[in-house]
Amino acid sequence: MLEPINISLESLNLMTLSPMLIPVIGALLIIIIDIIKGGLDKTLYVALSLLFLFMDFNALLASATTFAEDGTIMGVFDMMLIDGIAILGQLIIVGASMLFIPLALTHKRFHEFSYPEFFALFLFMLAGFQFMVATDSLILIFVGLETASLALYTLIAMHNRDKSFEAAVKYFTMGALAAGFYSFGSMVFYALTGSVEINQIASVLAANGYADMGYVLVATAFMLGALGFKVSLVPFHTWAPDVYEGASASMAGFMSIVPKIAVFVVAMRIFEFLIHSGVVWLEIVLYIVVVVTMTMANIWALVQTDVKRMLAYSSISHAGFVMAAILIGTTQSNSALFLYWVLFSFTNLGAFSMLWISRQKHLPDHQRSDHSYDKFAGMIKTAPVGAVIMGLFMLSLAGLPPFALFWGKLYIISSAVTGGYTILALIMALNSAIAGYYYFKLIVYMFMKEPVIGTDGHMYVSNATLALKSIIGFAAVGTIFAIIVLDPVLEFITAFVYNSGY
Amino acid sequence: MLDHILSILIFFPALAAVLGFMIDKNSIRAYGVSVAAIEFVLSLFLWFSFDSSISGMQFMEQIPLIPSFGINYILGVDGISLFIVILAAFFTMIGIASLTDTKNVKNMIITLLFLQMTMAGVFVALDAIVFYIFWELSLVPMLYIIGAWGGPLRIYASVKFFLYTFAGSLVMLVGMLFMAYFYYQATGQWSFAILDWYRLILPETFQLWLFVAFFIGFAIKVPMFPFHTWLPYAHGQAPTIGSVILAAILLKMGTYAFIRFSLPLFPDASVYFMFPIAIISIIMIVYTAMIAYAQEDVKQVVAYSSVSHMGVIILGTFALNVEGITGSIFLMIAHGVVSGALFLLVGVIYERRHTKMMSEFGGLAHVMPRYATIFGLMLMASVGMPLTINFVGEFLSLLGFYQQSHILTLLAGIAIVVGAIYMLAAYKKMFFGELTNEKNKNLPDVSKRELVALIPLSILTIVLGIYPTPILKPINNSVESIVQLMHDKSITEEAKTRIPNLAASKGIEITRTSMKEAH
Repeated sequence: MLEPINISLESLNLMTLSPMLIPVIGALLIIIIDIIKGGLDKTLYVALSLLFLFMDFNALLASATTFAEDGTIMGVFDMMLIDGIAILGQLIIVGASMLFIPLALTHKRFHEFSYPEFFALFLFMLAGFQFMVATDSLILIFVGLETASLALYTLIAMHNRDKSFEAAVKYFTMGALAAGFYSFGSMVFYALTGSVEINQIASVLAANGYADMGYVLVATAFMLGALGFKVSLVPFHTWAPDVYEGASASMAGFMSIVPKIAVFVVAMRIFEFLIHSGVVWLEIVLYIVVVVTMTMANIWALVQTDVKRMLAYSSISHAGFVMAAILIGTTQSNSALFLYWVLFSFTNLGAFSMLWISRQKHLPDHQRSDHSYDKFAGMIKTAPVGAVIMGLFMLSLAGLPPFALFWGKLYIISSAVTGGYTILALIMALNSAIAGYYYFKLIVYMFMKEPVIGTDGHMYVSNATLALKSIIGFAAVGTIFAIIVLDPVLEFITAFVYNSGY
Repeated sequence: MLDHILSILIFFPALAAVLGFMIDKNSIRAYGVSVAAIEFVLSLFLWFSFDSSISGMQFMEQIPLIPSFGINYILGVDGISLFIVILAAFFTMIGIASLTDTKNVKNMIITLLFLQMTMAGVFVALDAIVFYIFWELSLVPMLYIIGAWGGPLRIYASVKFFLYTFAGSLVMLVGMLFMAYFYYQATGQWSFAILDWYRLILPETFQLWLFVAFFIGFAIKVPMFPFHTWLPYAHGQAPTIGSVILAAILLKMGTYAFIRFSLPLFPDASVYFMFPIAIISIIMIVYTAMIAYAQEDVKQVVAYSSVSHMGVIILGTFALNVEGITGSIFLMIAHGVVSGALFLLVGVIYERRHTKMMSEFGGLAHVMPRYATIFGLMLMASVGMPLTINFVGEFLSLLGFYQQSHILTLLAGIAIVVGAIYMLAAYKKMFFGELTNEKNKNLPDVSKRELVALIPLSILTIVLGIYPTPILKPINNSVESIVQLMHDKSITEEAKTRIPNLAASKGIEITRTSMKEAH
């Protein structure tokens, strides 16, 4: 005879779900509106998405306050885990999305934004990423990851160009492989420990003293492969440049930030205990992966002829740089990861938005790709303000002080120094120098060469509207004046990371 | 106003540069000259209010930037940095005033004003990160000046200049982070303040590694042999104003940083590396002098001679005693004046003939007597004639190093004398003999605008050569306190003997700061 199960509603802590449910409700609302009255303008959907993102952000701030007072909150049969890094991850995810969504308000008409499904899928995807970072359970991480990824593949394909389909299919195939890796890795962990919760896995493994080392290594290897695909670590990066090239510039900018921070949070949860448990093998492999990712991506970026592909490789290199923080694994390095990513979001979204506003619908004959270096030659003469802003983003990406990303680099390298990784710190510094070359290549084209595409500066801002300009202005202000808000941000991040036990 | 005069010195040109965007391009030159003149007057005012009897930092300002990570906006000036700041303001002023007709003159002047901001910032920053910010930022305007107004190979030259220095300074940044971490270990607090670091005594092995990290950043900037290969390209391609500022001020950042960072932070390592660095300096003096002799382009001659004299500055710095360091700081100023003037002079002839090849010239003294006179004067100063400004610095530098090693000083002295050969040979090729080239027959002599820049430099060259005391005294004061600090901090026996103990020998009362031992 079955006993009735009594669970009080309070113990479920359903409030923990609210930040994820808000975008889901928003997505459903957009679909319902479309059913009732189709053919509405994209501005409506942009505004609605923005409103829901604002509500989402507010809900996150509320949970941040709760966390600051009461510490970590579990909910929904302990599936949800709202700790500091979950909140930080979600803040970055939602914040970067708020910068991304207005980029749909382009001057020219683009195919994908005329569908309300684009915005619905976008919000579903966000919910997926939010679930992914706010849980301890390998199953819920998988569900979140796949929800988000499947939505993302569709969003890329909706750009409706040959290259976009290629990109989406490529991403999908690689993503499917990564999903396979992930589920296999989780399966081994479950077989070893009888649990799918990361903290349970950690304590069981620690209790039996890592007796089944071989299996742990197999599971770790598969996990590294799966997460490596998602954050594009070398050698799992091959999809990234093609996908970035096929996607619209704004979507590429989005992809270089939001999905990666979600995976970084998961990687932090999984790898942190493994590294600290003394699985030496993982440390060595991660070390090699980090160094190779930074260095090789930089070298490939040197030879690119298209700015967007260059930025794709540079994003890979930045991902490697940040992965080093997980390798180092101290509170300072984990805080540095979040700080870096906040600053990176501003700069990188700004850079991709600059490409986005110069997007031409039809390429002239002499131009081989959407954003070749030649296109930007002599931009200082034809569009001085645009050239200065683009130059600013490049300087920041190169890590030139006092612009935003310099502080991120400074703090990560400092955490390497404090963590005892001297050689790694030097490699990171020298990689920044290599990276300087390709960022400066664009500056050289913009400031020191003669224009090749006529003297009409309108092309560089042909796609611009007030909304896009304000986003770029916002990113530029964030990039220049980062130093002013750095101290409180750093303290906030450090407190949250420290109180989550990382 | 005096409380914030250093901030004003830094940010006034930057603010003026931003406002400069809205000024009509026909009026921009007058605007640039007036801004630079105000800046120069401010820097003179700084000198006027400077108390030269105090050896420590003056006009200090402190604003917390990232207190939890120990980064603060700290400024201050002492005898070591004071005159370089004035020199930077001076060269920006005469540089803009003597600017010949360039395309996009508005962009050029705005860039120069931004450059002036970074130059002032580097020399007055007392926080390593603030120092690093200005150090790196100074690359960007220079990159633009070389890349946008330079010769045919300008892009290659500017990118090479940038990447070389950028790579070096990133290694230096890692060194700074280590230094801050050691400070954190010793005291439990993060700090990037240089004055805090002065109190830290490090074990010798740490000192050696950190010295190398800082050395890479500074040596590329100076540039020391074998890192000097970017400089001839940069000078060869840069427009006149770019070369002038580069030689007169930007290169001094490296030598200044040696005195501000390397010596007081790592006294034992400085003693350890004294002879290797001295040998590099002598190689640098001799080798670049030989290359200079082989050049056919007069600007390259001046460029290599400038590198050659930087070797003497390094030699004086690493004498590690008061005479040597004071001499090297004085020589920095002298070198700034003289090589800046020489580059201006090369610019004068380039403006007229659009060539810098010495074979094109000859007998110029007949048509351009005033030009030949000033060039001759600067050349004499450059080879270190007594009663010119360079002589004082070179003499003191060599005198300082003589106390460490007789042989090496003798070698360096001979090298400097031999160095006179290539300058005199260049002068002979250009100015003496028959006027053979038709194109040179009707060259106009130096114009008023050019004299505006050249006459003050000539006066400085002679006046400071005869009576250097007003500058030497404040420098000497600050150097004494640094040498004493080095002596007190040093831990090895050799360092204690190599670095003189002023408090004992001269009985000078020097305020000692408390020191803490690092783990």
